[in-house]
Amino acid sequence: MSVLVFAEAIKNQYKKSTFEVVLYGARLSKQLGTECIVLTNGNGDSASNLGVYGAQKILNFESENMHDNRMLTKVISAAVSQNGSTVVILSDNSKGKALAGRLAINLDAAVVSGAVALPNTNDGFKVHKSLFSGKAVGSYSLNADIKVISVAGNSIGLEEIGQAVSLESFDASAHSSTVSLVETKRVEGTVPLPEAELVVSAGRGMKAPENWGIIDELAGVLGATTACSRPVADTGWRPHHEHVGQTGIAIKPNLYFAIGISGAIQHLAGVNNSKTIVVINKDPEAPFFKAADYGVVGDLFDVVPRLIESLKKFKAS
Amino acid sequence: MNLLVCISKTPETTAKIAFKENGTQFDTDGVQYIMNPYDEWYALVRAIELKESVGAGKVIAINVGPPSNDIVIRKALAIGADEAVRVDAEANSASFVAKQVASYAKDNNIDMVFLGKETIDYNGSLVGGMLSELLDVPYLSYASNIEVSGNEATVTCEIEGGVEIVKATLPLVVSATKGLAEQRIPNMRGIMMAKRKPLNVIPPVGVEEKEAIVSYQIPEGKTGVKLVDLENMDELVRLLHEEAKAI
Ligand SMILES: Cc1cc2nc3c(=O)[nH]c(=O)nc-3n(C[C@H](O)[C@H](O)[C@H](O)COP(=O)(O)OP(=O)(O)OC[C@H]3O[C@@H](n4cnc5c(N)ncnc54)[C@H](O)[C@@H]3O)c2cc1C
Ligand SMILES: Nc1ncnc2c1ncn2[C@@H]1O[C@H](COP(=O)(O)O)[C@@H](O)[C@H]1O
Repeated sequence: MSVLVFAEAIKNQYKKSTFEVVLYGARLSKQLGTECIVLTNGNGDSASNLGVYGAQKILNFESENMHDNRMLTKVISAAVSQNGSTVVILSDNSKGKALAGRLAINLDAAVVSGAVALPNTNDGFKVHKSLFSGKAVGSYSLNADIKVISVAGNSIGLEEIGQAVSLESFDASAHSSTVSLVETKRVEGTVPLPEAELVVSAGRGMKAPENWGIIDELAGVLGATTACSRPVADTGWRPHHEHVGQTGIAIKPNLYFAIGISGAIQHLAGVNNSKTIVVINKDPEAPFFKAADYGVVGDLFDVVPRLIESLKKFKAS
Repeated sequence: MNLLVCISKTPETTAKIAFKENGTQFDTDGVQYIMNPYDEWYALVRAIELKESVGAGKVIAINVGPPSNDIVIRKALAIGADEAVRVDAEANSASFVAKQVASYAKDNNIDMVFLGKETIDYNGSLVGGMLSELLDVPYLSYASNIEVSGNEATVTCEIEGGVEIVKATLPLVVSATKGLAEQRIPNMRGIMMAKRKPLNVIPPVGVEEKEAIVSYQIPEGKTGVKLVDLENMDELVRLLHEEAKAI
């Protein structure tokens, strides 16, 4: 038996959400009394440091085809059978979800995507997952010898529980790809929304795209990622990838600033799992205040610059 | 070119989410249903556009569900699908749906299957991967753009913090996200024509279920907002630092 975690490295670096899945796998393996094995395309010190988050054995494979989920499914599946793994842990991002579905079929496994906590293994095997875009949580019972779980970002805090482990190589050369990569484009500099701890989001209350300077400045002072409401993205004031909510990205950062956003139910659905919510709105009746921890009633063009000044003072002190 | 589009039914976005029978069942009382937005706005429309540009083949909408789903299926026909299939069974898990769709696709000479990136109720995002594995074809997930030339597709897939542009040969499976197409509103003519388009009802293939939802909970709401005066942003910063420990 073992728990197998798939940890994707990008340019031989790991994201925080990847460390989280390693820790999740390590904690689960303790709970089950088995070993935590991590399969990764990373190498060198960065991969061996996955041991810090609890990896006991690290299998490194080389592949040019990390974009092809069919090929990766074969690689992961081979590692599962070689190591007698009974649980496979993945990140709950677009790739992780694609792999979760494929692996469930390939391994004839039970699957749940978007787990928000460690499984309860006292009586059967139950995992909590967020449903209805964050409006509810469901407890899934997984009933098969092999279980596949993708873990939502920011579900468990990071903790260093082990030390660096040396790598073993894993041969993935037998599996070729039928999908060719033309190009990868990444937004450089900022933390992508699904894994951002701090998010500054703005809505139609901003009036026009040229007013976004104060939002960018606030985000800059905080080191936050920017987001927006749907109409703002639909009218092209902001890029689509910033759209959060029921039909956009669902997020759960530590801190969410909602500026000039009314708090429509479809917007709240994607953000109401944020730990702390701050609402800035000139309308004291705006529905968002009911979902907020802190609120400021006032004109955002007045409030935000004041907030930036206070934050700068705080950062300098 | 034969394109199969998977459509699902979800509670309308403002529906009240509540559970009954001791939190073991979704309370459908008073809930209005819609076609899952990712299926309707993006997957279906892009499939119709591609068929139109090739000028041959058909777009088939498929749903796994009870007869009450026919209303949503007719909407897909009104938007422009040529025909529809309903697999007559309750869709209780992603693997159940994937196996029904795979079985239909294998028998019907399908070049591409389109799905939504996820349903907005159960947020599984699993059917596409499962279906691709069952068909043993590439899966291009979270597509925000797709162009097809001959039997080769070039697809832009949204990944965390960017995009990946890839090429693959048909047959394949694509899941749609925002950007893939512009929403189409059915017009009168479409609605009239939809009534005459075929909607075939077929029996399900047997599937062994491996997952079950045993209970539901509603997360605890916020207990109340603390208002801070706009003149006193130092206080807000202090609260965020000391009380919320968020900065
Ligand atoms: C099927 C469906 C899916 C949807 N999915 C989403 C989704 O995923 N995400 C999403 O965001 N929306 C979604 N919506 C849209 C949603 O219903 C709302 O229309 C939208 O969230 C409103 O955006 P907003 O709050 O920016 O704008 P508005 O509702 O126009 O609110 C603007 C707010 O700014 C305040 N304001 C104005 N001027 C100022 C000022 N000077 N200072 C301070 N405050 C000011 C106003 O008081 C108001 O509260 C969806 C709708 C449907 C039907
Ligand atoms: N009952 C169903 N019938 C047909 N297609 C479905 C059904 N359920 C889900 N799908 C398709 O699968 C996609 C992803 O669903 P899911 O994996 O459940 O989030 C949806 O956007 C639909 O395109």
